Amino acid sequence: MSARNRELLALIPASLLVTAGFAAIFIQRNELLSDVSLTYGGIFLALCFAGHLVIRFTLPHADPYLFPLVAVLACFGLVVVYRIDEDLARDQAQWFVIGLIAFVATIFLLRDFRVLERYRYTIALAGLALLLLPRVPGIGQQVNGAYLGVGVGPISFQPAELGKIAIVIFLAAYLRDTRQVLVQGSRRFLGITIPPFKHLGPLLVVWGAAMFMLVFIRDLGSSLMYFGAFLALIYVATNRLSFVVIGLGMFAAGAYFFASTISHVQDRVDIWLDPFKTYDSTGYQIANGMFAMADGGLFGQGLGAAVLRVPDGGPLIPAPETDMIYAVIVNDLGLVGGLGVIATYMLIAERGFKIATLATDSFSKLLATGLTAVMALQVFVIVGGVTRVIPLTGVTLPFVSYGGSSIVANFILLALLLLISNRARTPS
Amino acid sequence: MNVPIFRLYVVFLVLFAVLIGFTSRWSVFGAQRLRENPDNARVRIEEQRIKRGVIRAANREVLAGSTRLSGGRYGRRYPTGSLFALPVGFDNVRIGRAGLERYYNDALVGRKQELSSLIDSLTKDTQVGDDLQTTLVPRAQELAYDLLQGHQGAVVALGVKDGSVKVLAGTPSFDPDKPEDAKSVFNRATQGLYPPGSTMKTVTATAAIDSGRYQPDSRVDGKNGKVISGTPLNNFGQRDYGDITLTEALTNSVNTVWAEVGVKLGRNRMQEYMDRFGFGEDPPMDYPDDQMTASGPRDVKANKILPMSSDRVDVGRTAIGQGLLLVTPLQMATVAQTIGNGGVRMQPRLVEKIVDPDGRTTDEPLPEEAERVMSEDTAAKVGTMMKSVVREGSGTAAALSGVEVAGKTGTAEINIAQGINDLWFIGFTKDVAVAVIIEREQGQGGTVAAPIAKQVLQALGQ
Repeated sequence: MSARNRELLALIPASLLVTAGFAAIFIQRNELLSDVSLTYGGIFLALCFAGHLVIRFTLPHADPYLFPLVAVLACFGLVVVYRIDEDLARDQAQWFVIGLIAFVATIFLLRDFRVLERYRYTIALAGLALLLLPRVPGIGQQVNGAYLGVGVGPISFQPAELGKIAIVIFLAAYLRDTRQVLVQGSRRFLGITIPPFKHLGPLLVVWGAAMFMLVFIRDLGSSLMYFGAFLALIYVATNRLSFVVIGLGMFAAGAYFFASTISHVQDRVDIWLDPFKTYDSTGYQIANGMFAMADGGLFGQGLGAAVLRVPDGGPLIPAPETDMIYAVIVNDLGLVGGLGVIATYMLIAERGFKIATLATDSFSKLLATGLTAVMALQVFVIVGGVTRVIPLTGVTLPFVSYGGSSIVANFILLALLLLISNRARTPS
Repeated sequence: MNVPIFRLYVVFLVLFAVLIGFTSRWSVFGAQRLRENPDNARVRIEEQRIKRGVIRAANREVLAGSTRLSGGRYGRRYPTGSLFALPVGFDNVRIGRAGLERYYNDALVGRKQELSSLIDSLTKDTQVGDDLQTTLVPRAQELAYDLLQGHQGAVVALGVKDGSVKVLAGTPSFDPDKPEDAKSVFNRATQGLYPPGSTMKTVTATAAIDSGRYQPDSRVDGKNGKVISGTPLNNFGQRDYGDITLTEALTNSVNTVWAEVGVKLGRNRMQEYMDRFGFGEDPPMDYPDDQMTASGPRDVKANKILPMSSDRVDVGRTAIGQGLLLVTPLQMATVAQTIGNGGVRMQPRLVEKIVDPDGRTTDEPLPEEAERVMSEDTAAKVGTMMKSVVREGSGTAAALSGVEVAGKTGTAEINIAQGINDLWFIGFTKDVAVAVIIEREQGQGGTVAAPIAKQVLQALGQ
């Protein structure tokens, strides 16, 4: 079977998810099957099919599994968002369309994605500018103490989502140039290979940037995501564990320092250590996320069956459709459901890294590695936050959480991965 | 570069395995503890599908009832509002439960002894909870609550023979329909800590006579300014009483006599009788433990009770309700109840019986003795001394015609310069024991608290 036919066939799980998911929610609500909502599902699937057709004709050799995996996640996300709030699901479907348009546009505009390498500094500057936008007075928005959003009129978006792609492109291009130099001329000290100080420069700069984000934008999650992706890239580029060890040590030291000096970061850490101590205020969200997971148990309450709202009041868990969507999933579908979601991301990561190994030039390899790593790290940061592996910070669960910027950015990321894959697998 | 890419993938597999591990930790392994966490509103939301039992007063008046909400759920309404908010408490889906609503939750949602789980019960058509029949007397509760308006304070009335709680009132109260808006849901009757002042002399008198070292007609020295624990102690109005009987010393509330009696009885004996009266532990009432406070000499900073053997406790001043001693109104009502009941302390009870939806009584707790505190003879003697307080001493304002009232006033100085006191009266008739506290006001226990006690006793048919 050709790769594209495999891709088409693999869309079946997504369509099953949409139909079965909506059916389950309808039965749960004890209403008549509403054809309107089923229509949304139908349109959604038609859009996935359209995406497949674009890939079929423009990227015939691209990896056949990535798109269906993303479709499964997006369909699942739509069902869960619908289960939380019908109006949000309608928005989400619209954002999905815009995301697909961005996906197609990326494929057409960046047929030769290696031009990105040439504009690395422009892209880096644009990325940094994006990250700083939330601090610009008038348009910046502060949510729970972190500056994450930008709002212009009715439209608001989170620049960090797009920023992550820009940063990865820059790092891949930069490291392709310097990887040789970084490895050469090393000294050994205490069994660790120490690179010459001048080559440590970039490491220090990126570390500084991550710390800056931690302090200035107060976004521990994105800081961890970017710095983690950077370490992954520098490791792959140089094959030197010492960089990672030094980098991790520096990040830990910086994070510890700021956690003990900056109250916002300190608060996050305190909530993480004991959310019940501040249950009535700051610990409420994470504590209720834990209650939701406990309520889910092994198999969950059933899709649409878990209690999500205080009767005649607001949501039981604040931000169930964005930050806490993983808790809602575990509440409805149990450990098994959460495991399924994480397994899907594992498969996506596997395909992403596979693409990196197949790519023939360093830039493509590093770019594929970086894009995959940053997305996998985002999953780790948000799911780890909800499950209290690390302090909770407000990043989205890619393709599943409600939110425009997240969907659009991740579709662009997906397009880049498929572009790299298509090039790598094209028979010479 | 392919080897490091593969290793990186393995790192991510490990990270994702950690996520799965933590998800299992909350959803499966630690789930039971999270479900039992009192902050967890989910169980309460589920329990809204149960028609919660009604809580009634002694005359069957409804104090808490269920109303049907949308979606097969039930909400709680309190027709008597703030009047019974302190004893009844509240059941609120957002902020939880308090009072009887909390203590008897299992009965009110119909969860029987035989551990039928919530899930099982939800599968039945509609689960209906059991009703509570309390011992609270609306007429008296209302009167007490009205008399407390304009003051901060509390009134507790107990059945002398059975310990049944007839009045449990305090001000300020709150609206149990909207406990989330309440400034405070503090129950002064069970949690409020006050220096008992001279009402404590009834405990000292009990210890003195029951130990055999004194009789009501024992001669004691009532001179002013006796040195107790190194500091001179004054009588009210600096009055010198000279050579008097123990009964006269109680009637006129002579500080120097009772402090000296306390010192002579010693720390151990005082401790023994205070323990028997129930000091030092939460009262054995059917009410949530964390809404009750133990009485005794207290290290307020460390929030713990000090033993009488502690160097910091002045036994003489404790014997007259000063020093570090802090008590609850419920505790002092129990002291009066015990003396009135021939020396037997009864467990205070708010609920008389539990009735299932078919009208069958599922539980009717018999009045239960907590402890024999003193001999019947002692009780009679101390009772007679207390009757003299109301007949001709500081407590005449509590006297009723046709009914013998025994009592003791208390005036605990809070701010001597401004004349601000905590004002007490405790007492009993043949059937009802009462304690009244008015917080931080001018006047004496005999002028402010005793008249309130009198009216409450009257409303209870005394």
